[in-house]
Parts: sequence; C-alpha cells; structure tokens
Amino acid sequence: MCTVCGCATARHGDGHAHLHGNGHGHDHRDHAIDFGEGLAGVTVPGMSQERTITIERDILARNAIHAQANRDLLDASGAFALNLLSSPGSGKTTLLVRTIAALQDRWSLAVIEGDQQTSLDAERIRQTGVPAVQINTGKGCHLDAHMVGHALDQVPLDAGGLVFIENVGNLVCPAAFDLGEDARVVVLSVTEGEDKPLKYPDMFAAADLMVLNKSDLLPHLDFDVEACRAAALRVNPDLPILIVSARTGAGIDAFAAWIEARAALVGKRR
Amino acid sequence: MHEVSLIENVIALVEHERTKSAFARVSMIRLRLGALGHAEPDALRFCFAAVTAGTIAEGSGLEIEIVPGEGWCPDCGNTVALAQRFDACPVCQGNQVKMTAGDDLRVVEMEVA
Repeated sequence: MCTVCGCATARHGDGHAHLHGNGHGHDHRDHAIDFGEGLAGVTVPGMSQERTITIERDILARNAIHAQANRDLLDASGAFALNLLSSPGSGKTTLLVRTIAALQDRWSLAVIEGDQQTSLDAERIRQTGVPAVQINTGKGCHLDAHMVGHALDQVPLDAGGLVFIENVGNLVCPAAFDLGEDARVVVLSVTEGEDKPLKYPDMFAAADLMVLNKSDLLPHLDFDVEACRAAALRVNPDLPILIVSARTGAGIDAFAAWIEARAALVGKRR
Repeated sequence: MHEVSLIENVIALVEHERTKSAFARVSMIRLRLGALGHAEPDALRFCFAAVTAGTIAEGSGLEIEIVPGEGWCPDCGNTVALAQRFDACPVCQGNQVKMTAGDDLRVVEMEVA
C-alpha cells in the first residue's frame, strides 16, 4: 500500500500483485515493479448544473507531493539519494558499477533502476553485491516520484546510506520530474555531440553535476571537450564538470569524492 | 513523450476536484503553458483524447493559453522577450539572461456539468 496516495501496489514483473504490510514478508528485491498498466476507468455519478470550476494548480502538483514524501523519508533515514540522468547508451550502468566499487567499503549502497522493460540493469548491479530494485515504466519515458516512492520502500535506508536512482535513458522528459532526490547528475558521453547541452537545455539546467563519460575514446573522435564545456556552462553557469572513463576507471575517484562532498553538504554522512 | 503523463496528472486534478464538488462530465479543460516550458502544446493536444478516454474527462475539449517567454538581463538591465530559454539578450547580446516568465504548467479552470 502506498502511504502517500493509498494506491494498491504496482504489479510486480512476475505477474503477481498484492498489498505490502500483510505480514507474509517475502523479499521483493529480485522483482521488477511494473508501472506499464494504464489508468483505470472511473465511474460517473449523477448530473449536475453546467458551471466553471477554477483550479489554478500546477499540473505536476501530484508529483510534487510524492517527491516531498520521498524527500522526507530520505531525510528521516539520513540516506543520500542521487538521480542519474542521460540519453540511452551513455554508460550510466557501467559508471554505477565502477562507482559502487569505489564507495562500497564506506557507504551502505542501494540502486533503483528505471527502464521501460527488462531487469538487465538491476541484475548487473546485483552482481556487485549491492541490492537493486528494477522499475519498469512500460510505455513511460521517465521515472516519477510515485514510482520511486514504491522502490524506496524496498531498499534499506539508513544514515550512511547512498541510493543511486538510474533514470530512464532520455535527455528530455526526466528533467521535469522531481523525484525527491538530493542531487542530480547528468551523464554525457563523448560519442554524443558536444552541443547536447544546448539541444537539451532543460536537463543540463536542472543538473548539479555533469559527468563527461567515455573519455578513453577521445583520441579516436573529433569531440571538442572545451566546446562541450562552454555549451554546458551557457545553460548552467555554475555546473561542475568531471571527465571520466567508466571503462578504464579514470576520474571515478573524483566522481566518488564529489558524491561524498555533496552528501556532507546536506548533512548526510557515512 | 511525457505529455501523456502530464495529461494523466491533469485527469488526477480533475478527479480530485470531483471529491469536492459533484459533476458528471467535463466539457472543457483550460491549461496555461509557458512558451519556455518543457511541455509541447501540440503533443498535449495529440494525446489528450487517447489519455482521457474512459476517464471522467472523456469527451472534454482542451484549450491551451500560451504565456510568452520573458527574461531579465543583468548586463543591460532590460526586461526582454525570450524565444528560447537560453537565448542571448537581444539588446546587449549578454548570455546571463534570467528567465522571469514562460515556465508555467497549470490547470487554470474547467467547465463541468
């Protein structure tokens, strides 16, 4: 049962659907949470007079309520949550696997994986020994705060905890959805264009850090790192930028150090 | 296309409204959208009928009011019209323009019966 909206829990990937908190206590960490089901139809009550109702509410007000609930839950537990955003194929999961190795000794880690389909990414994370929850969004192109709230129910949240949320690979839609995270990291790889920050400004404007990944490929490409940096700073003048190769491990220590410094900044320490 | 989710959120707001006042159907929903926001009016219109089908908002019309983009330039002190979020200042070409309007994403009102 969702404590915020009271909805029955989403369907699990293996087809069963049930409410939590009923005492049967089986482990969900190997299941995917499936949000691919559409909205249920609703019934219509009796007629009334035609009139205009003023609403004046933010369309994303409901997401904002769920995001605040996630933020309250994270703050109460002392766990630090990071939202990782990028286009598909930028190397987010490989970056996570490397970063897990760098932080695993000092932090209690957990990963929430968002993809339209499959549990492949969660399985890759579990091979590192870190618990992972897979959210399948079905047709959805982004994670929203409601989905993440359900996933947070299934990962250990403690002081000294660090939760990575790997968003659906997409440089557009996830920018609009606050998940209640402590910080946002946008990952761009050098096999994409250096003008990506100008083409998808919302994502880069909303980020707290940009990781430029696959730097090991730079000698083989025409990618202009300085032009990319200038493009990113144009949309977000204070954006810190780290150059990383998740494949070789170059720059991973700097990324891990940024995460620890950021967690300390919001009072969340290991 | 997150416009589908946005319309689902609009429907949730309509349903929430119905917990406060009884109505049987919605004939018009009016949204206010910033020209510099992340939602595309055409995409909202495109998915509106499909997403509202089978819900309380099925058959409703959709009107979208667009709020033009506007920013303030700290370099020259002018308030300027913005066509894109990170455009340079059209007066002094400065790159520090701060958006002041055009990021709206709201349900304004609806007509019900």
